[in-house]
Amino acid sequence: MPRDIMNEIRNEIAANKVLVYMKGTPTFPMCGFSAAIVEVLQEMGYPFKHVNILEDQEKREAIKAFSNWPTIPQVYVNGKFVGGCDIVRELHASGALDQLLKEAFAGADTTAAS
Amino acid sequence: MRPDEIEGLIREGLPGTTVRVSDETGGGDHFQAVVVSPAFAGKGLVERHQLVYASLQGAMAGRIHALSLRTYTPEEWTAQQ
Repeated sequence: MPRDIMNEIRNEIAANKVLVYMKGTPTFPMCGFSAAIVEVLQEMGYPFKHVNILEDQEKREAIKAFSNWPTIPQVYVNGKFVGGCDIVRELHASGALDQLLKEAFAGADTTAAS
Repeated sequence: MRPDEIEGLIREGLPGTTVRVSDETGGGDHFQAVVVSPAFAGKGLVERHQLVYASLQGAMAGRIHALSLRTYTPEEWTAQQ
């Protein structure tokens, strides 16, 4: 069966409260912008999942089309596209990101590791 | 790509916009932009950035590696000065 990449993306976004499409991994980010997002999320203490697009060229292109967003990293919270590095930083500074994450995890057990 | 080329594309795509682009590293592919446009009124950050990306007509997928954006409406810009 051919790969339905858009459906794959839809499913993984729906399945994870916080999902980061990034270059590299949280332990070894391969780009300063991806590293900055990981740093913000780790500082806030909420678990998140990541997709390393460097290991999946097809997804690397598909995610840009999916969100109509030309760059990576990309952050999704509660199934919704939040933005890239600039927006995550800006929302973090204003406190809006904290609010968004708090709502996403309301009632959930946040002690589980990502 | 030169900063003034990027400024030109953004101004063309978003009439009435004031924009300043700087080359962060001097390498012609990492840029920082402050964009002040009436087109941003009533729009969230994602939509604002998408408007700017659209004005760059595909340059984001090729010649520009990174473009750090700060977006304001004229009112927001005046208020934060």
